[in-house]
Amino acid sequence: MTPVLSVRDLSVRFRMRGGRHVAAVDAASFDLAAGECLALVGESGCGKSVLASALLGLLPGNALTAGTAVIDGTDLLAADERTLARTVRGRRVGLVPQSPAAHLTPVRTVRAHLEETLRALTGTPRRELRAAVAEAAERAAFPPGLLDHYPHELSGGQAQRAATALALIGDAPLLLADEPTTGLDRDLVDRTVDELRRHADDGRALLLITHDLAAARRVADRVAVMYAGRIVELSDAGRFFGDPGPRHPYARGLLAALPERDFTPIPGMPPELSALPDGCAFAARCHRADDACRAVPRMAGGVACHHSGEEHHSEEPVRA
Amino acid sequence: MLELHAITAGYDPRAPVFHGASLTIAPGEAVGLLGPSGCGKSTLARVAALLHRPDAGRVVVDGTEVRRWRHRAPRELRTAIGVVFQQPRTSADPRLRLRDLIAEPLRATGRGDLAAGRVAELAAAVGLTDDLLGRRPHEVSDGQLQRACLARALVLRPRWLVCDEMTAMLDASTTAALVAVVEAYRRERGAGLLVVGHDRVLLERWCDRTEEWADRVRTP
Ligand code: SF4
Repeated sequence: MTPVLSVRDLSVRFRMRGGRHVAAVDAASFDLAAGECLALVGESGCGKSVLASALLGLLPGNALTAGTAVIDGTDLLAADERTLARTVRGRRVGLVPQSPAAHLTPVRTVRAHLEETLRALTGTPRRELRAAVAEAAERAAFPPGLLDHYPHELSGGQAQRAATALALIGDAPLLLADEPTTGLDRDLVDRTVDELRRHADDGRALLLITHDLAAARRVADRVAVMYAGRIVELSDAGRFFGDPGPRHPYARGLLAALPERDFTPIPGMPPELSALPDGCAFAARCHRADDACRAVPRMAGGVACHHSGEEHHSEEPVRA
Repeated sequence: MLELHAITAGYDPRAPVFHGASLTIAPGEAVGLLGPSGCGKSTLARVAALLHRPDAGRVVVDGTEVRRWRHRAPRELRTAIGVVFQQPRTSADPRLRLRDLIAEPLRATGRGDLAAGRVAELAAAVGLTDDLLGRRPHEVSDGQLQRACLARALVLRPRWLVCDEMTAMLDASTTAALVAVVEAYRRERGAGLLVVGHDRVLLERWCDRTEEWADRVRTP
């Protein structure tokens, strides 16, 4: 099956004052199929939001990109602004934003937001707008009685649904949810990601960018772990969160830090993206680092680590 | 003791956000307060940190009843309580380098001479390098800025610490790291702790006891 989104060696660098460069994303590659949810996890500043911006064509002017990100035959990295505005944003990629309250215009009702997006993306004639708005709201389970409310009159969950309704209007094959659950209660996190999952089950590809491992565990089919701008592990979600668990030392540390597990932090902090070490970017924090780690590990078999294969043998009995 | 007795508070006295909230924390104790968003628990956290005057009820800090709030609160009460919020960006002065951000409460209370030593000590505890201490908020990540905000909350060596959704925006490892810093401080200085949040798993792992918001307030 052809994937909805195919990302190959995607790199994003920012040119800074004084000739410095920040390598925000380095050689990311993954595919995403219809009906599938891929969770991209990692801490703030690891590059996952930059990757999202690249897929939406929303990078700032000082960004240099390399590689390809193809959706429906269009390379998002090569497309000009006109193509992005007319055929990509909303039409090929629907964005569920991080803070819906900030994404919605405060002086306009939810209905006005939906009408504008319907007119722009589907050309719905005026006399059919009312019915189309009701339908768009229903798809995201937004309560019809609140359509004439302003954003500040909505709860966090309601605002999130309004934003999701907007993201679904263009029937984009890819839904990109950028930290959609930040600041929400656990119940609401569960409900929000369950609803996103439902939209994937309807045949969309869902890229869920999050630092919330519990949310990722709940709905993802696969997990990509990002560290210091690189995808260091790409795994089946069941194996990642269950048995045998993550294979990359960073990913193992991240899971172990959860309050329901060991609740112990990984020592240290990630390196600055403007001053990455020559070899493995995790080496300074890794208990397995040795001379081999002075070379950047390549992604092989879903993990980028020189010693990932040995981790289990040292900690668990070898299975026959 | 940090005592909150029958607190009613909100932003419009005719329509308080909650009524009659009560909670008591003993020195050295860590108490979690668990509730859904929008319930008013953050407002109660601000009352406990003397940042918000309640419409009714009493706050007693180590035997002294609080009668004035915010900058009018007596200095010895204000400096007895440190507070960390969810959003480091909105609670940090964007013009200050992290080093000065952390030292600011010392300077504001006329103890700027202690700044260098305390900042170095706390920076080591929260894991901020010299390079990071020289940067302004927009030059660091949310996690790094929150580390600085925690250091600032501890710089006056408060007897009480209020953490309002301190880790809600952070990844698992940074969360565990900041909780470890708070716990080391609590052990070392016997400080009492109020942790306000919505994550049951986190609060129950972190705190000595976790109270449900619904059980702490009176339904009007
Ligand atoms: S490559 Fe080396 S330093 Fe990097 S994660 Fe693997 S073992 Fe650790």
